[in-house]
Amino acid sequence: MKAETSDCVVFDIADGSVRALNQFLHDPMGPTRQVVVENPDGAHSIAVGVNAPVEIDIRGHAGYYAAGMNQHATVTIAGNAGPGVAENMMSGRVTVRGFASVSAGASAHGGLLVIEGDAGLRCGISLKGADIVVGGDVGAFSAFMAQAGRMVVCGDAAENLGDSLYEAVLYVRGEVKSLGADAQFEPMTDADRAAVAGLLQAAGFSHDPASFRRVASAKQLYHWNADAKQEY
Amino acid sequence: MNTSNTAPPTVSREESATFDRKTIDYIQRAAASGLYEIRGLGAKRQVPHFDDLLFLGASLSRYPLEGYREKCSSKTVLGTRFAKKPVELEMPITIAGMSFGALSANVKEALGRAATEVGTSTTTGDGGMTREERESSKVLVYQCLPSRYGFNPDDVRRADAIEIVIGQGAKPGGGGMLLGQKINPRVAAMRVLPQGVDQRSAARHPDWTGPDDLVIKILELREITDWKVPIYVKIGATRVFNDVKLAVHAGADVVVVDGMQGGTAATQTTFIENVGIPTLAAVRQAVDALDDLNMKGQVQLIVSGGIRSGADAAKALAMGADAVSIGQGVLFALGCNSESYVQGGQHISAVQDYAALGTAPGFCHHCHTGRCPVGVTTQDAVLETRLEPAVGAKRLRNYLRTMNMELTTIARACGKQNVHHLEREDLVALTVEAAAMAGVPLAGTDWIPGRR
Repeated sequence: MKAETSDCVVFDIADGSVRALNQFLHDPMGPTRQVVVENPDGAHSIAVGVNAPVEIDIRGHAGYYAAGMNQHATVTIAGNAGPGVAENMMSGRVTVRGFASVSAGASAHGGLLVIEGDAGLRCGISLKGADIVVGGDVGAFSAFMAQAGRMVVCGDAAENLGDSLYEAVLYVRGEVKSLGADAQFEPMTDADRAAVAGLLQAAGFSHDPASFRRVASAKQLYHWNADAKQEY
Repeated sequence: MNTSNTAPPTVSREESATFDRKTIDYIQRAAASGLYEIRGLGAKRQVPHFDDLLFLGASLSRYPLEGYREKCSSKTVLGTRFAKKPVELEMPITIAGMSFGALSANVKEALGRAATEVGTSTTTGDGGMTREERESSKVLVYQCLPSRYGFNPDDVRRADAIEIVIGQGAKPGGGGMLLGQKINPRVAAMRVLPQGVDQRSAARHPDWTGPDDLVIKILELREITDWKVPIYVKIGATRVFNDVKLAVHAGADVVVVDGMQGGTAATQTTFIENVGIPTLAAVRQAVDALDDLNMKGQVQLIVSGGIRSGADAAKALAMGADAVSIGQGVLFALGCNSESYVQGGQHISAVQDYAALGTAPGFCHHCHTGRCPVGVTTQDAVLETRLEPAVGAKRLRNYLRTMNMELTTIARACGKQNVHHLEREDLVALTVEAAAMAGVPLAGTDWIPGRR
């Protein structure tokens, strides 16, 4: 169901009409600058494959893959997000006001994902260049095989943070239950503090950048050899 | 003068069946290196295969088509279940997914040109879609793999079909490894990884787990593509009956089943040879699954893994497949394991380059090294020029046409006006094993082992 004002279009998807919403977002949108999604009620694939600088406000909880493969759009989820929020995002910004389930920001290439609450397992798995800022904690195996990009965790990280990390860099303010294979703590430099400060500001958090620790790859798994620890 | 009345004893030269020279070599290699062997191509061990099946041509009880006069259609449509634009092909022989990274950009271009000329599809691979293959391919299937290397929405929208890869026959349950020596700057940039670093590909997808999630993942891809293009699901052949049913339940338009003879660019030898089931057994189970769900004709089945000839394709179709897919056959057509490569019309020997890899034409499986002597599986700036795209495209076009002519020849001989009319009743098996796996009678009998 669709209702329009001058540059704002409201979709009420209580009837399950995600298809109509996505088709609208994929077609040329003319003067539309804002799309409001009412009654998302955990529907899957809300606002996926958007390739336009439009503002999308999801007024409730979203199911799997909200804002998947996003390009240019600014998406705000007023509630919680299911698995794979902003998966493979290329650009733009996705904000989750509540909690995010597993695989948040999986394989995202660009843009900024902000999760104001906690994130589940494998947050930032296979990250390929995007930035992720999590206001709360992240679950186990977060940033698994993350290749590029940055992840800021304002709370704690569960087991095996940064397992099999490539070039992505992680910043954690709280406790780290354990690091994964080939991940290590490294000293924070001025550049790291500046990066954290910039990401915190963009995400709307006010923590002291100096209170974060840096985690990056020890690069011992970069070349297959018999002397590497058999952790893979 | 030393003389002897007895011949030299030959029993001292008896080779052990358990510890034969191949095994001794394997053990000593492991002892020297501390690493398992990684190699390219597929299983080398002998398994029951399409060679073990024969066609019952027409005679008195069946009426043949006039081979040189009457038409036999090989048109093939894939993805009729949900997609607005199913894939329409001139032949049921498609080109399997092979990555840019494993293959050079020249090779990918050659594949696209040949496929377009004969009216079939080609497929991307781990590492994303190259401009060359998109421009040269009329029908391009875009793979969505666990690594998601190079995966992006622009290419999703440019694709003619999406193939979600759960596994491949050479390594069902395994991820990938592109060794650092094959990572040139372009490959590295497409995959967002440093040059020269070994690239591990995950075994599981990053954003879904299990068949219930796959339902939702497929719906997401349909939403992104506005339900236009077919979604394929590719599985490595193991528990095929259940896996095909789950793929159909998940919403696949097309299921691709890759048997253990299927190729790889780089996988552990122990994995290639010891995990998965033969293509012959896999086809039977896949067709049984579609029959069981009453989805034959709605969900199409593509079979791959050791398909070499039109006869293999005909047998797969007769068993119930809608199309086949070829990978290693493509490489051999391009010149893989050939003694020479062509430069400006001249054949130049590559034998010394094979020797430098410790191998020879006919035996080479060194795809993983990136030192392909004939320029097929390489990213080396010099070696890749050994495969000229025009030469490669012509060879592959010829090979595909030959296969399709063989396929229609057999179909006509069995009295079919359409290759898709080939049926299981046209087949018999040469061995008890093949009869049991394929579910067709042993030749000259009505006995199908394991069935009443």
